Amino acid sequence: MWETITQIAPYAVAYTIPLLMGSLSGLVSERSGIINLCVEGYMLVGYFISALAISILQPIMGNAALLAGLIIAMIGGAIFSLLHAFASISLKADQVISGTAVNLIATSLTVYIARNVTGSGNISIMLGIVRSDVPLLNNIPIIGKLLFTNTYWSTWLCIGIWAFFWWLLYKTSFGLRLRACGEHPSAVASAGINVHKMRYVAVMLSGALGALAGGVMIVTYSGEFNGSVAGLGFLAVAAMIFGQWKPLGILGATFFFGIATTMGNVSQLFASLSSFPPVLFKVFPYVITLLALVLFSKSSAAPKADGEPF
Amino acid sequence: MRAKKYKELKSNNFIIAISAVVLGLLAGALLILLIGQNPFAAFWYILKGALMNVRRIAMTLAISTTLMLVGLSIAFAFKTGLFNIGASGQILAGGLAATTVAFAVDLPHVPMMFLIILSGFAAGAIWGLIPGLLKAFFNVHEVVSTIMMNWIAYWVVFYFVPAFLKGPSLETESAMLPYEKTLRLDWLTNIFDGSNYVNAGLFVALFAVIVIKFIMDKTTLGYELKAVGHNRYGAEYAGIKVNRSVVLSMMIAGGLAGLAGVSYYCGYSGKIQIGVLPTQGFDGIAVALLGASSPIGVVFSALFFGLLKAGKGFMSGNTLVPPELADTIIAVIIYFTATSVMFRKFWDKRFKKINEKHNVYKSDSNDIEEDK
Repeated sequence: MWETITQIAPYAVAYTIPLLMGSLSGLVSERSGIINLCVEGYMLVGYFISALAISILQPIMGNAALLAGLIIAMIGGAIFSLLHAFASISLKADQVISGTAVNLIATSLTVYIARNVTGSGNISIMLGIVRSDVPLLNNIPIIGKLLFTNTYWSTWLCIGIWAFFWWLLYKTSFGLRLRACGEHPSAVASAGINVHKMRYVAVMLSGALGALAGGVMIVTYSGEFNGSVAGLGFLAVAAMIFGQWKPLGILGATFFFGIATTMGNVSQLFASLSSFPPVLFKVFPYVITLLALVLFSKSSAAPKADGEPF
Repeated sequence: MRAKKYKELKSNNFIIAISAVVLGLLAGALLILLIGQNPFAAFWYILKGALMNVRRIAMTLAISTTLMLVGLSIAFAFKTGLFNIGASGQILAGGLAATTVAFAVDLPHVPMMFLIILSGFAAGAIWGLIPGLLKAFFNVHEVVSTIMMNWIAYWVVFYFVPAFLKGPSLETESAMLPYEKTLRLDWLTNIFDGSNYVNAGLFVALFAVIVIKFIMDKTTLGYELKAVGHNRYGAEYAGIKVNRSVVLSMMIAGGLAGLAGVSYYCGYSGKIQIGVLPTQGFDGIAVALLGASSPIGVVFSALFFGLLKAGKGFMSGNTLVPPELADTIIAVIIYFTATSVMFRKFWDKRFKKINEKHNVYKSDSNDIEEDK
């Protein structure tokens, strides 16, 4: 069993990181009071833009193209998310419908453009991030082998970003205002702060994070834009709910879901897991989220003004 | 001379729907121009591809059939105050149940059709029952729970089909259903020049539209469901069993989407694929919104979207425009129906000016009449 776990760990971590960024994307937006069901759409946009940017830049810049691609994807995601922001903040549209529309626009528009670029609609990059060991830390017994061996640098970047957002949301006045917008926007307004502006910033940050999630998939395990992130965005939303809209909660939830999904993916390869039908691992995150919703229904930590136009 | 009675102009659902469609098509035209193609040619090929001959009309009707049932499901849920974003999962549940039953049971064609329709409806209803129960008794928002149900259905189909319904060649789809286990009808196929896409699902869809319209407009049940959708607490005060209504609404909505799955997997395609969350579940939101959530509106908007979807292949075959154009247009239309407040304001402003002019004229003529 231990052998199995150490073999799975690098895959589980690689799979979890986009999920974590997607969840964080949902969290930042929902804590400001804007329902974010378009994580899937943001991820697709990031998936597409990073693949396109890296495939163009790689012959020119070499390895630096990977980081450049991620940054360009984040900028693109922030701009794309303005669609959702404009509808749900300025026009006070139904945020669930707007989110659905944004998802559909992302799905069809990215493939539409991709087909004009490559014909087949698939865009691949030459080389992703090469896995490497973290010096020194990989010698720590047990966790060294689990977490610091065979890692991508993007993993550490994303964990840093997660920590940064935890600090931003809980330790700065900006974060306090942003969270207050999701709980009691009129109180924020009466303190002389522009709720609309705060929410625009939150949605754009969320767009950038969602796009980063898609970009990370390109530079790590995917390597090719193929028009779908296979519901990972919705899994991220489930993780956000299961993590009860809290940074630490989503960290735990995404790792939990990431491990479950990875076990489903590889269960047929390992004797110790193959006795479980893989479908159990795959539906597990969704079922457990439904159960969590039932359990937390009396004491849900959902932002109070989530989904309410101001 | 009696002045003709002037009816004040007001923005209504029809005008707003048309505005959204026009803007959607404009966005599509812009996208075509961006890649240096001719939008008129592209739209013309979509029309031609959807309506050029009897066989293509059959295709358009077949695609519209599924959209009509999904749209009806979502429209019905909207009317009862629920947002059924889980139609995709219910389509899969209905399609999987119907396909499984079709393979497992041997019956003559007509009883078989009734059996698969029933089993599809039942499976869809069960897929709606769970979010309904969660909403009624635990106050879990149906948007979140139906999304979870979508992916549960996706993975169940993903593993169930290769394990139990696998065809001889491909791992990724079920075996083809033989004619007498599908909703296909020989006489219908003959009318449509041999196209076997169009199927009895079309009649199921039209029948469902009439039934839902009747329930909503003419029965106590429909009144209660709408009342709960309108104001849960008001309905409760009036003695309506709110929890029962919520569960029932979700079950009916799920069942209708399940029927869409039957018409699609047991009629249109004749097999069920894995690894696909049917996009019709989301297109149905567009159908319902554009049809202003009325059953009749759904029929027309389903035909419109069916036309776009049926013609897109022909367009991309004859021009350099990718077929995703049609999906982009649909997505943009949903976006603009979501932001319909914008149009409502725009048209109300326009209409107010026109109305004011008329009122000035009317009061003048009244004065003259009084003078007499």
